[in-house]
Amino acid sequence: MTERLVVIGNGMAPGRMLEHLFEVAPDRYQITIFNAEPRVNYDRIMLSPVLSGEKEFEEIVIHGDGWYIKHGITLYKGHRIVAIDRDAKTVTSNRGVTESYDKLVIATGSVPFIIPVPGRDLPGVLSYRDLDDVSAMLLAAQSRAKAVVIGGGLLGLEAAAGLAERGMDVTVLHVMPTLMERQLDPAAGYLLQKAVEERGIKVRTKANTRAIVGNGKVEGVELDSGEIIPATLVVMAVGIRPNVGLAREAGLEVNRGIVTDDRMVTSDPDILSIGECTEVDGHVYGLVAPLYEMAKVAAAKLADGDDKRFIHSDTPTKLKVTGIDLYSIGDFADGEDREEIILRDASAGIYKRVILQDNKIIGTVLFGETGDGAWFNDLKKKAVDISEMRDTLIFGQAFQGGASADPLAAVAALADDAEICGCNGVCKGRIVSAITEKGLTSLDDVRAHTKASASCGTCTGLVEKIMTLTLGERYNPAAVQPMCACTDLGHDDVRRLIKAKALKTIPAVMQELEWKTSCGCAKCRPALNYYLVADWPAEYADDYQSRFINERVHANIQKDGTYSVVPRMWGGVTSASELRAIADVVDKFAIPTVKVTGGQRIDMLGIKKEDLPAVWADLGKAGFVSGHAYAKGLRTVKTCVGTDWCRFGTQDSTGLGIRIEKFMWGSWTPAKVKMAVSGCPRNCAEATCKDVGVICVDSGYEIHFAGAAGLDIKGTEVLGLVRTEDEALEAIVALTQMYREQARYLERIYKWAKRVGLDEIRRQIMADPEKRKAYYDRFVFSQTFAQVDPWSERVSGKDKHEFQPMAVAAFKEAAE
Amino acid sequence: MMTWFDIGGIDDIPRRGARCVKTPHGKIGVFRTQDDRIFAIEDHCPHKGGPLSQGIVHGAAVTCPLHNWVISLETGMALGADEGSVKTIPVRVENGRITLGLGEILMAAE
Repeated sequence: MTERLVVIGNGMAPGRMLEHLFEVAPDRYQITIFNAEPRVNYDRIMLSPVLSGEKEFEEIVIHGDGWYIKHGITLYKGHRIVAIDRDAKTVTSNRGVTESYDKLVIATGSVPFIIPVPGRDLPGVLSYRDLDDVSAMLLAAQSRAKAVVIGGGLLGLEAAAGLAERGMDVTVLHVMPTLMERQLDPAAGYLLQKAVEERGIKVRTKANTRAIVGNGKVEGVELDSGEIIPATLVVMAVGIRPNVGLAREAGLEVNRGIVTDDRMVTSDPDILSIGECTEVDGHVYGLVAPLYEMAKVAAAKLADGDDKRFIHSDTPTKLKVTGIDLYSIGDFADGEDREEIILRDASAGIYKRVILQDNKIIGTVLFGETGDGAWFNDLKKKAVDISEMRDTLIFGQAFQGGASADPLAAVAALADDAEICGCNGVCKGRIVSAITEKGLTSLDDVRAHTKASASCGTCTGLVEKIMTLTLGERYNPAAVQPMCACTDLGHDDVRRLIKAKALKTIPAVMQELEWKTSCGCAKCRPALNYYLVADWPAEYADDYQSRFINERVHANIQKDGTYSVVPRMWGGVTSASELRAIADVVDKFAIPTVKVTGGQRIDMLGIKKEDLPAVWADLGKAGFVSGHAYAKGLRTVKTCVGTDWCRFGTQDSTGLGIRIEKFMWGSWTPAKVKMAVSGCPRNCAEATCKDVGVICVDSGYEIHFAGAAGLDIKGTEVLGLVRTEDEALEAIVALTQMYREQARYLERIYKWAKRVGLDEIRRQIMADPEKRKAYYDRFVFSQTFAQVDPWSERVSGKDKHEFQPMAVAAFKEAAE
Repeated sequence: MMTWFDIGGIDDIPRRGARCVKTPHGKIGVFRTQDDRIFAIEDHCPHKGGPLSQGIVHGAAVTCPLHNWVISLETGMALGADEGSVKTIPVRVENGRITLGLGEILMAAE
């Protein structure tokens, strides 16, 4: 029987541990993860760029839902483990789930340290630890009011920079005389303070917080001096503590962290501990590199693999604030037996200091120019005697051996075992061999295969230089993301060139735009087919072989190869005869599951492909047409009952919804489009999380767009208010056509809108009647070719080959 | 001994398309490429058993409709970062007719 492995915590360390485990012992364990956070594993180091707006949450996800499915992992999201029963070998979550384990891994991470001052519980006081904290800060930042960050360390400064970037007036309070005193010497701390202040952030050092003041919510921070600094948001970033409560209650040996041996095993041989909650050989860790090392060791232990042991090593500190370059590693305190070499360039804001003991580097602090950090660290690690290069050491690697000051040459000169990515422990040689052996040409590929620069990303420049050295001109970092491996062009260029060169078939596009493959791939062909359908509705002959199976057979493929069928129910309204027809079809074809969908219609699941045309024939007789539930196209228009029945309804929302759906059905769009019309601001049709929504009000129709309620949740933006149904329809149709003409394939409206700008869309659709009318007319023209029911076409025999096997073979014996 | 089982004409399969053949050992996907080469492989993705004959055909490969694994029609091996393979079935094309080498026990079902 497979052994059961339970993991408490779903942060970066356990995620990495499982990756290693799947490499060496893929089928050894049946795995269950409990995550106190209600989401998948993401890159916590990258929360700062999310806060500052340089990245989106989706970009920092490490393992999407698919990864858990692929590996058969049961992931309990939003479940905090409240008890470990070591005798019964079970764990129990706060939501009452109990799972038993053969091996247990505790990876509960750390909790932010909250300084015990009065007012620490006031609303508006946050820590800086997970995505929820970032979301709360972003919400607070919308007010553009005053924020105080308590703590001038790595986290505090990143939070301050992010909040300032979002328009807040930020003050950093730090107890010590200089910033980041644990990683920087006073000189570098001073330069850092100057750089931080240049971004409009106020810094108060030697500032001890006495209380957080406010009546019902935060109003300010009171210092020991009695001075009160006004603030509506206070972020506490004074440090973290290993989260050991659960382990302590379970009776495991706990010191500062959960104590383990150098194979990550706790005082209970069946329980391992990794991550920030762990204490090994007297050390606890907060930076990712040693945590990933723990992950590697734990995976080897769980697989009974090689005898990996955890060995302490120093990790460099880097600050992730764009424009501030800072690097420090090792020991930088003064001492009798120590020497130092210092380089200062005040006008350029550069400070470099290397600390030596017995002619060997033991510490490095770099500010303003950190390109040589990896080289200094390499010399330190290898304990190289630097006496021969002592005079030029501080100028960096490029000055050794008469080489030029070319930064590329510096990377070229690095030894193969020089560490490039500290987070993931990737050396130069491994990156070079991955590039040459696997033929990698993009940064994303290199990240996928080696993990180099895939965590905090500060070594991206180094990795790109290695790619340039290895690939020469074949690597072009400035290039746009190509559509796929078949072309170097991005979606926008392809769309532009299709129009500019009047390309009207897929072979023409591939020939003229110099496709690198003979007939494309499963990524580019559906995209090209859509672009051509959208741009040349009268001339282009739809290429069904370039459509995904669902759009080719007009039903939704299920995991067992059967299909589901959803007929249109205009505006979500049905009747006894329609329901009777559905019931008859379900009986006749023994359809196993009938389900009401979120879009107010009925889904019949588990239909054999061969039965589809007959099912559609029966549905067609009852007046049903395809609901396009499978299409990158108009799906549903959800409605409430409006003035027909509702005592609050302000307009005929059902009628408008049906009108929109009857006008727009059949149109292909870059990604699916879901709409809704609510009859009053109570919004029972949930129009404010749709691609396009309408909220009826007494004075007319408020048109919304760019909502999302799937992988992302996002409320809509208001397009504008119109007086009549006709105006509402025209604006909605024009908006949809603008989206059809401009978006990239598979890009939902909210992503497209973010890219082109909400104001630009409002300007074109609401403020420019001529443009609006032109979009509207082009949509109407395109509909004359699109509004054909695909089901009735197939009932009449179109694409017959799609629905029948080519041949059936049987055993000879059976046939005789 | 291999017996050759006639499944139909080359024009029964669309270019860059596929059909499936049912056998007692499971389904076989028969593929026609852009340049009219014919391939036959098990119609069962090594990943989660997806019906490969329903995928998009490009070059001499097919992308599985369930989770986008790309399978080589020539070797049956998964391409790219994925690992796994499906059986390939011998194919002959003569005078526009396609026959599959299915082993001696099979014949057409009536």
